[in-house]
Amino acid sequence: MALKHQPVVIKLCLLTAAMFGFGYALVPLYDVFCDLTGLNGKTSTMAATAAAAIPDKQREVLVEFIARPNNNMPWVFEPVVHKLRVHPGEIHRIDYLAHNITGRSMTAQAVPSVSPGQAALYFNKMECFCFTQQHLTAGQQLLMPLQFYVDPALPEQFSTITLSYTLYEVDAVAPVTAETATGDNNE
Amino acid sequence: MSTVTTDPHAHAEHEHHGPAKGLKRWLYTTNHKDIGTLYLLFSLLMFFIGGAMAMVIRAELFQPGLQIVEPNFFNQMTTVHGLIMVFGAVMPAFTGLANWLIPMMIGAPDMALPRMNNWSFWILPFAFSILLASLFMEGGGPSFGWTFYAPLSTTYSNDSTALFVFSVHIMGISSIMGAINVIVTIMNLRAPGMTYMKMPLFVWTWFITAYLLIAVMPVLAGVVTMVLTDKYFGTSFFDAAGGGDPVLFQHIFWFFGHPEVYIMILPAFGIISSIVPTFARKPLFGYASMVYATSSIALLSFLVWAHHMFTTGMPVAAELFFMYCTMLIAVPTGVKVFNWVATMWRGAMTFEVPMMFSLAFIVLFTIGGFSGLMLAITPADFQYHDTYFVVAHFHYVLVTGAIFSIMAAAYYWLPKWTGHMYDETLGQWHFWCSLISVNVLFFPMHFVGLAGMPRRIPDYALQFADFNALISIGGFAFGLSQLLFVALVVKCIKGGEKATDQVWEGAEGLEWTIPSPAPYHSFTTPPEVK
Repeated sequence: MALKHQPVVIKLCLLTAAMFGFGYALVPLYDVFCDLTGLNGKTSTMAATAAAAIPDKQREVLVEFIARPNNNMPWVFEPVVHKLRVHPGEIHRIDYLAHNITGRSMTAQAVPSVSPGQAALYFNKMECFCFTQQHLTAGQQLLMPLQFYVDPALPEQFSTITLSYTLYEVDAVAPVTAETATGDNNE
Repeated sequence: MSTVTTDPHAHAEHEHHGPAKGLKRWLYTTNHKDIGTLYLLFSLLMFFIGGAMAMVIRAELFQPGLQIVEPNFFNQMTTVHGLIMVFGAVMPAFTGLANWLIPMMIGAPDMALPRMNNWSFWILPFAFSILLASLFMEGGGPSFGWTFYAPLSTTYSNDSTALFVFSVHIMGISSIMGAINVIVTIMNLRAPGMTYMKMPLFVWTWFITAYLLIAVMPVLAGVVTMVLTDKYFGTSFFDAAGGGDPVLFQHIFWFFGHPEVYIMILPAFGIISSIVPTFARKPLFGYASMVYATSSIALLSFLVWAHHMFTTGMPVAAELFFMYCTMLIAVPTGVKVFNWVATMWRGAMTFEVPMMFSLAFIVLFTIGGFSGLMLAITPADFQYHDTYFVVAHFHYVLVTGAIFSIMAAAYYWLPKWTGHMYDETLGQWHFWCSLISVNVLFFPMHFVGLAGMPRRIPDYALQFADFNALISIGGFAFGLSQLLFVALVVKCIKGGEKATDQVWEGAEGLEWTIPSPAPYHSFTTPPEVK
């Protein structure tokens, strides 16, 4: 009797294990999906090359800049300008101010997010402080550059793009995350 | 076949081959009927523990302002109420019914894997002891809602989260083992001549449910493990600081969560499909379409998870996809409702308690289905999201749906289990008290929800006060009504009018061919099914 059941039981156990694996496989699948669709406002981690397209002088897009340190992050962190009207295709450069107001050296990482999510695919950063980690000694201030352009292919329905940065302390996160933090699709 | 053995000597002889005595009988049992009983009693206990938590919630919400409990404790009550009712009351009740009924319905002597069956039950009390014990920890038990969204369960939770995670692991292992057992039993132990398309619908719906369990419980195990490692071992699945994404949590959770709600309703469909033909004294209308409808619901359940997440800022195309898929589920569900109505059409109906609960199920579950359709409309959902309208919706499908079907099943098969007819008068009292109070309890929630009252809050704006007082009264009445059920079950176990083999005039199926109470070992030689 037991022999009769064995093949089915083995298959069902394998199915269980496979579905457990699938739960974990959803993590990279989600990242790939977000990269392809710009879901959740994930922008590219790669520096974009200069815009080949001619700036579209007919059209104006409002770009808003938001920056905030994470709850446990004691730095001052804000953009120097909060809003900019840009023509798609035009290259702009703005600065963000970071100020380590604590009495110790700290390392930080800024994580960008674009809203609305679908516009993330059309927001290109040529140079960004978010591509690297920032190390500030006690009391040090730093102006951090961001160079970007909005792709002229941005669909008509978007007239405003909001770029939001959250600043995290890197040391506070356990070393295990170093791998995920530098992983290719993660930001 | 229709005579009942009343000879005391025959009974004593039967006992001799029957179960061991005392506590060991229950601890070591591998008998599907014993394990079914254990599951059902455990589920009843959990129903009352979870119900007591609901009473705390309703007592606090009786008036606006904070009266009785601290907000943090209130949140623990909503969280643990949900967990206990889903994993402790509804799911074990269905597993208990599966244990009792599937072998008797397909003519098998027992479940295919009896030792594993014992284990899958006996780990459950440990899981729920751990969960309930966590309430007494410093800082209290889990308070992030039964959906344990990150970062509430990772960054902002206390150490009871570890206990929560382990208890969910154990519940998951128990469910998966139960599901494997059901599938193997159905595939290998059907009586000769019992083809798949001759199986009773309760067996069919459980067969499909078991596959759903195997498909999604491991995903739940995965997501709680991710929460655990995010919280304690430095991973960043859901933490943006380390490259993760909290919205990912919701996707993985609801990939489990949506099939889970069908896990809690498909066996109910099977129960109603067994009871309605009996009391309408007509065969079930559209048997094959019922099987196909159940399968379609199960398959579609994997494609609709993001309808719980319409407000997370998904692209419009994705919102439309999930909206249409969700609405599509109304088609097979409608097929089922129409089939039940067609079964009753021109039937010689009588209205014993199981039938009353089934009729209430059909009407009230359909109301829950309609509010589900309203929630499926993406633009409308932006208003309904996280309001009491959602609470009303899922309590209509889970209380007047799943729980009412379990009540119907208990009344329907109780004479087969105990050998005694239950007290019909007391049963009718239980039914009518439950029916009226449950609607006083949940129907006004639609209105306060549409008016904007958010869920999971211990305090609320003054304009909701009258409705909330009414809802609380309904809640207390519903809770007290369930004591009638306990009294009835105890009375029925102790004695009562002897039940015949068939019990119900119109009942058909293998379980009605064996004596009442069902002997400890049934179908040791398989019956022939024509």
